[in-house]
Amino acid sequence: MAIDEGLGDLEEHDAVLDVLTDAAPPGSHDHERRHPDASDEEEALRDAGAIAVLRRGLAVTPELRQGLVLTAVLAVATALGKLAVPVLIQQILDRGVLGEAGYRPGFVAATCASAALLTIALYFVSRATFLRLVRAAEASLLGLRVRTFRHIHRLSLADHVDQRRGALVSRVTSDIETMAQFTEWGAVAWIVDSVLIVTTLAVMSLYSWQLTLVAAAVFLPLLPALGYLQRRQLAAYDAVRDAVGDTLSEVSELVTGAPVVLAYGLEHRTRGRLHDAIRRQYTAQMHAAKWFAVMFPLSDLFGALALATVTAVGAINGAAWGLELGELIAFMFLVNLLLIPISELSEILDQTQTAIAGWRKILGVLATPIDVEEPVDGTRLPSGALSVDLDDLRFAYRTGDEVLRGIDLHLPAGASVAVVGETGSGKTTVAKLLCRLADPTGGVVRVGGIDLRTVDPSSRRSAVRMVPQDGFLFDTTLAENVRVGYPDATDDELRSAFTALGLDAWLDELPGGLHAHVGERGTNLSVGERQLVALARAQLGDPGLLILDEATSSVDPETEQALTEALDRLAAGRTVVSIAHRLSTAERADLVVVVDAGEVVEQGTHADLVNSGGVYAGLFASWLGNTRVLDDA
Amino acid sequence: MRRGARLLWLSVRAQPRPFALAVTGAALFAVMAVGGTFVIGRVTDDVLTPAFQEGGVERSAVAAGAVAIVLASLLRMVGVVLRRYFGQMAQRRMQMLWFQRVTDRYLAVPLPWFDEHPTGELLAHADADCERSTMAMQPLPFSIGVVVIIVVSMGLLAFVDPVLLAVALALFPGLALLNNSYTKKVERPASAAQARVGDVSAVAHESFEGALVVKTLGLEAREVGRLQDKAEQLRQERLLVGRLRAGFEPGLDALPNLGTIALLWLGAWRVSSGAVTTGELVQAMLLFGILAFPFRIVGFLLEELPRAVVANDRVRGVLAAPIRARSSATVSLPPGPLDVVLAGIDFAHGPDVVLRGLSARLAPGEVVALVGSTGSGKTTLCSLIAHLLDPGAGEISIGGVRLPDIDPADLSRTAALVFQETFLFADTVRENLAMGDDIPDDVIGAALEIAKARAFVERLPNGLDEVIGERGITLSGGQRQRIALARALLRQPRLLLLDDATSAVDARVERAILDGLRDSVAATTLVVAHRVSTIALADRVLLLDGGRIAAEGTHRELLSVPTYAALVRAYEQDVG
Repeated sequence: MAIDEGLGDLEEHDAVLDVLTDAAPPGSHDHERRHPDASDEEEALRDAGAIAVLRRGLAVTPELRQGLVLTAVLAVATALGKLAVPVLIQQILDRGVLGEAGYRPGFVAATCASAALLTIALYFVSRATFLRLVRAAEASLLGLRVRTFRHIHRLSLADHVDQRRGALVSRVTSDIETMAQFTEWGAVAWIVDSVLIVTTLAVMSLYSWQLTLVAAAVFLPLLPALGYLQRRQLAAYDAVRDAVGDTLSEVSELVTGAPVVLAYGLEHRTRGRLHDAIRRQYTAQMHAAKWFAVMFPLSDLFGALALATVTAVGAINGAAWGLELGELIAFMFLVNLLLIPISELSEILDQTQTAIAGWRKILGVLATPIDVEEPVDGTRLPSGALSVDLDDLRFAYRTGDEVLRGIDLHLPAGASVAVVGETGSGKTTVAKLLCRLADPTGGVVRVGGIDLRTVDPSSRRSAVRMVPQDGFLFDTTLAENVRVGYPDATDDELRSAFTALGLDAWLDELPGGLHAHVGERGTNLSVGERQLVALARAQLGDPGLLILDEATSSVDPETEQALTEALDRLAAGRTVVSIAHRLSTAERADLVVVVDAGEVVEQGTHADLVNSGGVYAGLFASWLGNTRVLDDA
Repeated sequence: MRRGARLLWLSVRAQPRPFALAVTGAALFAVMAVGGTFVIGRVTDDVLTPAFQEGGVERSAVAAGAVAIVLASLLRMVGVVLRRYFGQMAQRRMQMLWFQRVTDRYLAVPLPWFDEHPTGELLAHADADCERSTMAMQPLPFSIGVVVIIVVSMGLLAFVDPVLLAVALALFPGLALLNNSYTKKVERPASAAQARVGDVSAVAHESFEGALVVKTLGLEAREVGRLQDKAEQLRQERLLVGRLRAGFEPGLDALPNLGTIALLWLGAWRVSSGAVTTGELVQAMLLFGILAFPFRIVGFLLEELPRAVVANDRVRGVLAAPIRARSSATVSLPPGPLDVVLAGIDFAHGPDVVLRGLSARLAPGEVVALVGSTGSGKTTLCSLIAHLLDPGAGEISIGGVRLPDIDPADLSRTAALVFQETFLFADTVRENLAMGDDIPDDVIGAALEIAKARAFVERLPNGLDEVIGERGITLSGGQRQRIALARALLRQPRLLLLDDATSAVDARVERAILDGLRDSVAATTLVVAHRVSTIALADRVLLLDGGRIAAEGTHRELLSVPTYAALVRAYEQDVG
């Protein structure tokens, strides 16, 4: 009854299976998957031990160090509080009931009452300890998160490639979250538990140092045993995480590749692979469950062994060592008490390791050098069109060959230049160096005659403006997106930026106009429209040097027209460097620069270059072949 | 609550054996936890008391006591292992069951269903929601064990002394109240904190995605401010949780301690009057120690239950998704090149009418270019011919057979649709091409050659066995498209639908591919094209406009149609 209801009618599920075309049983697929190597930044700290991570971590997290002493004192008080009960038991038994004076109701009542008061007082002390620890932890997490985020934004764009983005996001999210989980419970437990272990042992040895040694001797092998189990468990959890990742990528292949799966009749293959992956995930989970199952009872067993030994040794030798019955019973309670922090510590050990791994990754990011250091007292660029001089410009990414191999280029103010070249020729890198997204590894970039490295950053940002290929927009209104970088711009100023570019008609047609929501990454707008917004942004900044990275993807005809006109208007009175993908752009430019394998191989006007019969002429002929069939008509 | 109970009952019914073993383990643990306190109580009376107050004790009694203590622990250990292992098994098996049901449904839903649901959501249903649906199963056996602990220990206390029982009974409501109020209060800030984590992640993601814009516009400070706001909100929620826990956890220590103190106070009197032995008092105090934690377990169960129900509702939402109409058609396509006839096709995506009474014919072996502005329905038309979508009205036939009558397996062998957005599996190049079939290397090589992918595949370090995608090497858009094309060609299709399938390929390479296709593949071909060079290669051009074929003819003939001329002029600008 209920079971069928819940899982979906079995017959209906058969119907689900029937949709899958042929009846072949799902085969098993073994596939090896390569895991990407750890990135450089993790490499740097991978060998650093937990202690080194801790020391570095404390150094970059001042919030954690504040008030640490008082918190430690309070933690000791909290731990001592937990010892009150066993001591009370001993006092009552030995002096209140079983002692030579027999039952002493007054003593019992007074001792119990003061113990009750102490318990209540200690409740508040330990509450305060807990609060202090939580506050310190949260403050440090906040600080660390913000600092890491800021540092990531200062990293070179080479660190911001698509493939690494997920990793960067997890530095400020999941890595910090693992630390948060740890600080919420684990870190507090470490402090309170280790204090508790020490103080318990201290009180135990006050009763009997002999029995304390006995108990400690029994407990001693527990530590390496737990350590061993811990490592096995951790490895098993890693395997689970990998298995879950594999299953998820199978699911995401199904979800994103559904048209392919259906069009090629791959339902059974996909189903087979999915079910295999799900089963492997289950197997990994059950493997981990084994270690999880024996972990906790092991401490219990050692506790019992200690208790049995203490009881036996105490019963036989206790009287001779001058122990009283109440003291031995109190001692047994203390052994019990010792068990809690020990097993708790063993349980948080893996949490600690994950947290340390997270911390290590975060420290790795913070240790990644910033590529572009802004000058303290920079020169301001003059207004108006700016000249550009590249002298023996060289560039290589941190890992890899030289992308630019000595580029010399001198562009007068107000020139309109098209840089052409095949994918990978280095033309996009030139654009990045022109707006100082990175510094050259050799040579110099001068804009308006000034070395770009000495230019004041805010002046550079308004005078040198890049319009990227992918017009990334923030998930807010159109107006807010144009306004970024110029928070003071009024709606009228925004509007006039659009007007200046001849985009009034477009803006009016847009539902919501200036206040239209552009959606996540700007997806409510087409690629071409996002570029229009980027142009309006540039217009608002009134740059003297405009760098256009043309989009390669096709744009619908109407937007294309608007773009062309807006570009023409924006270019007037400025130096324009276009990374050209379009023939028409190159044709219109004053100067065409052909880049190949990181070097300038040709430069001249379009007409000269076509006539000279070089690389450009070849490119041009191929373009012609593709596009000018129309002209024959 | 009732729905939570129903979900649990359902899960238990689905995994009866592991669950029964887990509960047995939990009960064994419960009995032996109480048993352990009983053993210590007896050891106090029979071993320790004589040893200290009667001047000596038999060695055999000492040994028996020690063995009993260890034995009780071993039995507890067996109980815990059973409970944890089989509890996990019941839960994970149930999770696997839901997971398989969900993915089976994903395989069976009609294609447009995917457009209505974001990928991230669908992934979460399969993974997180299936897991959450079963999370409440974990504390369940222990919770049942807790009931056993309480019943057995109360029974034991009643047997020992009614006064001590009274103290225990007074303690219980306090513990229950403390737990209950904490669980209730912490729920809102805890889930709010979880939501704030999502906010932080969203800001980080967007911000890093727009890194180029952030850098060029110098928005770093603004972005840091945005993140700081969200992170601060998160901190506030976390502090709220921390404050509640700071009150709760020490309370969980203090309450049983106060109970123990009360027990000692009254117990001293009961011992002195001879109503209770020292060992019985010790046992009662130990019992108080083990009673505090189990309440937490029941708390976990109650915390987890509503979340499980909500997650399970989402899973059920997936399981209630529609299923594609099942095709029982068995007609095979005739041999040789195939024609395609579309007659009076209507199609709408929800309220948006895409195609309106479209009719067209592709002759066998013909290469036809399909041209139309963005959103005119080119992709829809391709998907309709490949029978990925069903038309609202009208009829499509291939080789003279109505589409619904064609054996689906035969159709997917005969017709190949290649998409603009290539989809490659995170697997080897070979697996992406052969997709489970055993295909000789030279056949693969030939298909790669036509798709102009052979050269770069051979240059890969491991050639055909190179892993591509997420965990392998990254291919460029054009390379990916060529692999996808080779995948289609490998099946020697007789009907080839190229939906802008070479858009990211260099224009010269594209041309070579199309020339090769014409020479070596005898397929009726429909090409959605944006480049004039591609269009010019076609035998015939169909202009899609206003939901129907607005004009057809050769490229030159169509240039006199103004809509066509405008469209092609726009394409001409693009030299990609």
